[in-house]
Amino acid sequence: MQTQNSTNLNHDKSTGPRVWVARHADYLYSYALARVNDGELAHDLVQETFLAALERLKKFEGKSTERTWLTAILKNKIIDIYRKKASAFVKKPAVTFAEYETDDFFEPDAHNWKPDHRPAEFGIEQTDHLESKEFELILQRCLKKMPSLWLSVFTMKHLDDEPADTICNHLRISPSNFWVIIHRAKLSLRECLQKNWI
Amino acid sequence: MDELTKIAYNCKKATYLIEKQHIGEITLREKLELKIHLAGCRVCRIFQQQSTAINRMIKNMFHQSVAGNIKLDDKFKDELQHLIDKQLEK
Repeated sequence: MQTQNSTNLNHDKSTGPRVWVARHADYLYSYALARVNDGELAHDLVQETFLAALERLKKFEGKSTERTWLTAILKNKIIDIYRKKASAFVKKPAVTFAEYETDDFFEPDAHNWKPDHRPAEFGIEQTDHLESKEFELILQRCLKKMPSLWLSVFTMKHLDDEPADTICNHLRISPSNFWVIIHRAKLSLRECLQKNWI
Repeated sequence: MDELTKIAYNCKKATYLIEKQHIGEITLREKLELKIHLAGCRVCRIFQQQSTAINRMIKNMFHQSVAGNIKLDDKFKDELQHLIDKQLEK
């Protein structure tokens, strides 16, 4: 028999740290994996989340469910990772934004499409291709090619539907940088899909 | 180039506005500019359709992967629970 734990969480055998792994580890892992796209890092994040939660166990008052509370801790850890990537990006704006000014997609003067980069219909316009495993794989591969900051922004936007100003605050980027990233990310992703799907 | 010709040719700005409109807000003036541009630019109309489709697919894919059957291996879980138990006994 396990000894009765002194924290007030163990009065109920279905909650508390003794059953955290069994009850929440898979969920937290898939939550992390979807957001960081790196299995090893997702493992570490789950472990760190449980350890951080243990330290704060007394502060958990049961106002939310255990899972919600653990997920909030994990989410903050993910945002920390995003922020570190963002600060590396913002530190070298000269490269990134010069690149934006003289970009590959549009002609320098009138800013119309360069012939090689013009979007053409390739079948995703009306039909949903997600049922196709092949298409999903291409989409994933194209996402992985994105710079990590773009992917962070994309994930916060499309997975968590965070408002733009929340994302800017989390990542400490300016709104104009945010829109540039969103724009560039979509141009690249779209082009990658067109090249690989046709 | 007069103002209208500039708008008609500026696909960079049009695609930027398309993206901004998807997830945020654009001004009335920007809406008008975008409308004028799209009326004359088939390529950007295709871009707009594809961009909407891509957003939808990404959203679905992200959510599928969270709801999916991704599981940690048992060995890692055992070690993790052991670690937690040890911390509790401290």
